[in-house]
Amino acid sequence: MNKLFPSAAAALEGVVQDGQLIAVGGFGLCGIPEALIDALRDSGVKNLTAISNNAGVDSFGLGKLLETRQIRKMIASYVGENKEFERQYLAGELELEFTPQGTLAEKLRAGGAGIPAFFTKTGVGTLVAEGKETREFEGETYVMERSLLPEVSLVKADIADTSGNLRFRYTARNFNPAVAMAGKICIVEVEKILPLGQLHPDDIHLPGIYVHRLVLNTQPEKRIEKRTVTVKAGV
Amino acid sequence: MPWTQEQMAARAAQELQDGFYVNLGIGIPTLVANYTGDKEVWLQSENGMLGIGAFPTEDQVDPDLINAGKQTVTTIAGSSIFGSHDSFAMIRGGKINLSILGAMQVSERGDLANWMIPGKMVKGMGGAMDLVAGVPRVIVLMEHVARKKDGSEDHKILTQCTLPLTGVGVVDRIITDLGVMDVTPQGLKVVELAPCVSRELIASKSSVNLIF
Repeated sequence: MNKLFPSAAAALEGVVQDGQLIAVGGFGLCGIPEALIDALRDSGVKNLTAISNNAGVDSFGLGKLLETRQIRKMIASYVGENKEFERQYLAGELELEFTPQGTLAEKLRAGGAGIPAFFTKTGVGTLVAEGKETREFEGETYVMERSLLPEVSLVKADIADTSGNLRFRYTARNFNPAVAMAGKICIVEVEKILPLGQLHPDDIHLPGIYVHRLVLNTQPEKRIEKRTVTVKAGV
Repeated sequence: MPWTQEQMAARAAQELQDGFYVNLGIGIPTLVANYTGDKEVWLQSENGMLGIGAFPTEDQVDPDLINAGKQTVTTIAGSSIFGSHDSFAMIRGGKINLSILGAMQVSERGDLANWMIPGKMVKGMGGAMDLVAGVPRVIVLMEHVARKKDGSEDHKILTQCTLPLTGVGVVDRIITDLGVMDVTPQGLKVVELAPCVSRELIASKSSVNLIF
């Protein structure tokens, strides 16, 4: 079966629709599927609920979909870098479900692993736990969190083979494996595609069973949020 | 003389032990990395990295390699990379020895507030709720009071936090520019004062009955 699509737009075709729950990989602007986000904007689908650790920055990453008002609701842990987001939220134009970062990652991982809910200590006694079931285990209180099952996952990896086996690069891995596992349909943007057999089985970070569609983007912009440098090596 | 931010970081670094795995929050806690001395300390970044190196030189900058503050960083010998789900497995699972993070408010019972100001500031908790819930030892490193633009001060050490909480009873120790306080069953106990900081001064900057 051919998983490789000729363009990001073609990879989204027949999959994305208005009102969907869509998970997007990345941490800040690191490891985001840039071409797929552009194609999602261009597809014009709206009323989306987007699951993503962050909301991009103004006019880059998911910020592009906030500008066009295609996102109705965000499920995220931290949105501090996006002024348009803050404006829409404080004006009541955008719904927001703050989820602790580890709980968000686990909601995706567990969702993909067939576990509908789990108990965690994170957020007990805070706004996050309000209205949720709690239980005691070994004398400690835990809150029940429901897993997430997005209809579509948009993922960024560094390398794929043609069967969809993935390798990520450095901290661009972040949420991408968990996002890939959770989606009913998982679409992955990569910088290189190798023939079968060119990725050693021991070097595969995520097996192709989770991946349904692939698209090649050899030159993503990879914008840096906080370029921080030292003057001399080793200082 | 209250401690400077660098001196606060150096004081906090005394809490590190050889072989520790440590998560440092954004702001003053990040400076603690400069004072590890000859101890082997592995810094964890919750976006998926253990063993954070120095900031890169201009030609080493790699957009795929950042810390949780979204700053470009480097690896060191022994660094490892993993996904966010694994990162928080080690945090929630109690594998990280120590978390040092900033705060807007801390209560005498060790409640922590550091993620939102209703109606004003919407940033989010990021990984802070997971860190304070999962890491066995949590140290808050912050300025003792919040200085406002008009020159007045808001107390941050309170009998009860007024801002939405990040965690309940999670803080073990508070290090500020004025001194070091431990959360005890009896209340906040001052265990160290910065040079020339009097009991009266630290008490006057705190809205709790400090124990000396």
